[in-house]
Amino acid sequence: MHDFGYVGILLVVALFFALTTLLLPVTLRILGIVPRRSSAAKNSTYECGMSTIGKSWVQYNFRYYFFAVLFVVLDVLVVLLFPWAVGLRELGLTGLVVVFVLLVMLAVAYVYAWFKGALEWK
Amino acid sequence: MMTLLEEFRAWLSAALPEWAAYLIAGIVGIFVVLGFVLTLVIVFIWYERRLLGRFQIRLGPNRLGPEGIFQPIATALKILIKEDVVPEKADRVVHWLAPIVVFVPVLMVFAVIPLSQGAILADLNVGVLYLVAVGSVSAVGIYMAGWGSNNKYALIAAMRTVAQIVSYELPVVLSLLGVVLMVGSLSMTKTVEAQVVPFIVMQPLGFLIFFLGALAEMNRCPFDLLEADSEIVAGYHTEYSGMKFAMFYLGEYGHALAYACIITTLFLGGWRGPVLPPFLWFLIKVVAVFSLIVWLRATLPRLRVDQLMAFAWKGLFPMALINIFVVAVEMLWLVDISRWLVVATNIVLAVVLILAWSRLFVLGRGRVEV
Repeated sequence: MHDFGYVGILLVVALFFALTTLLLPVTLRILGIVPRRSSAAKNSTYECGMSTIGKSWVQYNFRYYFFAVLFVVLDVLVVLLFPWAVGLRELGLTGLVVVFVLLVMLAVAYVYAWFKGALEWK
Repeated sequence: MMTLLEEFRAWLSAALPEWAAYLIAGIVGIFVVLGFVLTLVIVFIWYERRLLGRFQIRLGPNRLGPEGIFQPIATALKILIKEDVVPEKADRVVHWLAPIVVFVPVLMVFAVIPLSQGAILADLNVGVLYLVAVGSVSAVGIYMAGWGSNNKYALIAAMRTVAQIVSYELPVVLSLLGVVLMVGSLSMTKTVEAQVVPFIVMQPLGFLIFFLGALAEMNRCPFDLLEADSEIVAGYHTEYSGMKFAMFYLGEYGHALAYACIITTLFLGGWRGPVLPPFLWFLIKVVAVFSLIVWLRATLPRLRVDQLMAFAWKGLFPMALINIFVVAVEMLWLVDISRWLVVATNIVLAVVLILAWSRLFVLGRGRVEV
């Protein structure tokens, strides 16, 4: 359990480091070293030099969704494979056969998705 | 075997109460690791600029200090006194949090990297799983940056990043499973100890898949679509300036360093090597991997989005699945006969699979229709 404590301390130190680095210019701005001359043009959203049209938080293309769904399904399977990979020597042939059946089922679904065109980027 | 940090803690606890020894040992260890990371990141920024200069037949930064080594320091000072612009329409909280969410996980990765024999911060028994878990948090930060900026280019880049990292996560994790199968443990120290023959020789296909997937995960060329400056300005950090931009920049190089360390540990035998001291071997291998990454950046053009997705889902993913199954079969029956039989089989497997799959991907014919 000692090791996980070190990871926790690392998280705290890393957060502290990131925060101090970000707040350093803020302190310098209060001291007047870092300039702060804002204008309406400077604070507008960048759009190749033209004035900004419309908003950018809009509905986005649907094709990203297929990949997200496929990823969730397959990633759950991959996480299941980790304990099997660690204990392969003890599980032996039985474990191998079970995982093989699982992978064949997955392969069927994968080939189906391929032929249905879910893997195309259109 | 005890790590150096545990020995230090045991030595401290002779004089101090248990909790104080633990805390002091932890903080000293963390500062050593952070010192290593930040020094190497700064050196790498300079090194990449010099190396890219050589690749493009020019000099690169060479004015400040010997061979221009102080150039990153000048850049840091310049960035420190830059004005910080937050666009009016941005989501201010998300805009400020994004650099932290990108940067902190990169530092967290180094907790389980053995820098030398016994020099590891936390020898977790779930080390490889920890790498997978922590390594992909940065994608959330990049998405936050794109969303929080309220900029069209930034949002396109963020969407691309999520699609790309999600797609390459699977081949990367599957090729890691090949390593776990050979070691029989998730601990990083045990992984290094198991590599009498480095795993790049034992399973060349697994190494190739992991290397290409890692390139995509750290958003380097030829997979750097999220900051394709010819299409979407500067990508997700279009609206960032000053120190917040520097955090993204550091995070990117930190990511490259982290993956170079991971590849060294998992596939190149970590600190193992003859004659030279272990830490020097580790450093040599890390710099070699990073040089390879820079070389690829200098040589290869950027992929298109459809090519990128097809390469992950139709190329790397099925190859990785076949690879782990073959490795599993080998570990059950072949490895007890001879280790070199496994090496021979895997080299043949890599050649056959790459030749078979290369027929699907033909360059120069426009869209990849696989």
